[in-house]
Amino acid sequence: MSKFTDRVRRILHADDWLDRDMTAEWEEAPADVPAPPAPEQKAEEQAERPDWWISVPFRGRRLRRLMVVLSVLLCAGIIAILVITAQYLPSFGHAENPANNEVSRRYIEQGMEETGAVNIVAGMILDYRAFDTLGESNVLFTAVCAVMLLLRVSEDKRRSAAHQLELETDDRMYEPKGDLILRYIARLLVPCILMLGMYIILNGHLSPGGGFSGGAVMGAGLILMLNAYGFRRMERFFTIRLFRAVTVCALSFYALSKAYSFFTGANHLHSIITPGTPGMIFSAGLIPYLNISVGLVVCCTIYSFYTLFRKGDL
Amino acid sequence: MNVLMILLLLLIISCAVCVAFTKNLFVAAVVFMTQSLLLSLVWILLESPDLGITEAAVGAGIDSLLLFVALKKIHAIHREHGSRSKEADL
Repeated sequence: MSKFTDRVRRILHADDWLDRDMTAEWEEAPADVPAPPAPEQKAEEQAERPDWWISVPFRGRRLRRLMVVLSVLLCAGIIAILVITAQYLPSFGHAENPANNEVSRRYIEQGMEETGAVNIVAGMILDYRAFDTLGESNVLFTAVCAVMLLLRVSEDKRRSAAHQLELETDDRMYEPKGDLILRYIARLLVPCILMLGMYIILNGHLSPGGGFSGGAVMGAGLILMLNAYGFRRMERFFTIRLFRAVTVCALSFYALSKAYSFFTGANHLHSIITPGTPGMIFSAGLIPYLNISVGLVVCCTIYSFYTLFRKGDL
Repeated sequence: MNVLMILLLLLIISCAVCVAFTKNLFVAAVVFMTQSLLLSLVWILLESPDLGITEAAVGAGIDSLLLFVALKKIHAIHREHGSRSKEADL
């Protein structure tokens, strides 16, 4: 462990050892080493001395100056390329732009009629292009699975006293537990944030917003609650079993409700549920329900990202 | 391009430059958060409130939260002028 931190420190303070003139060490070093070192030993020595690859004329300050000049040139070059490319972009909001074609015209003119959603964006991403959104939700789910594989602390280690002590000291040191101000603010803010998130999700087919943004807002509210009240309170209702049940149910509901078009020949994606009157809360066919499932997945994902990063478990 | 838009774009560019040049990682994360908030205002001015809401929730909220947790894990956030300063950790 100390070796690792030592290495990290050496990387972090790379400038310092570049500043130092290494010539003396460099010239002295071969005298200590017996004449032909074994290849393995040699590799080790090269790892120990990080400047082995630096050629003789560029060392210390000169090398550093060269690096700075090169990186500034590289940055300027990339900025120039990007700016030149931006000149070829079509102007904003122009009628002749390639984006203004028959596809978007159809979405704008007949979107509300066909999907029943007043919010055109919701109609597009959850009806015309619902499979894209299903893929995105699955990507989030897969990301949580990968984070769990990497960061989840095993059962034995979590029970061990050393790990408990480490967690305790860590939390005490860097954030006050049961902070009164935080707790009172959270009592005011958390219900508002959760309500706002639910509103954004449930009203997704009528007003700007939808499953993803509403779920993110709700996840942020849960994280604030966790910070104010601590893990023990949150674990009463948010466990890994709840996470598993909610995400798997939501994703399979989404997949099943959109999969029927495969069985009906996949030639059109119209839902069996009629779009209803646009503008009503129970309208737009499946879109509100799909919004809810996406929102649940995103909310659980964001909250579990945070807890996995913090303590390695849900 | 009205005045507000130009002001917002200038602020975003200065935030981006600030993130690159700050030594303190905590300050860099906060400035990054500010940049996301300004960007969400730009989305609203460009008449895409959907993106504005998402940018504010994900870019300014969740991203910076995860950055703070990462900074805490690598002990990059120090107690300033605290009696029990733990700078010796790293």
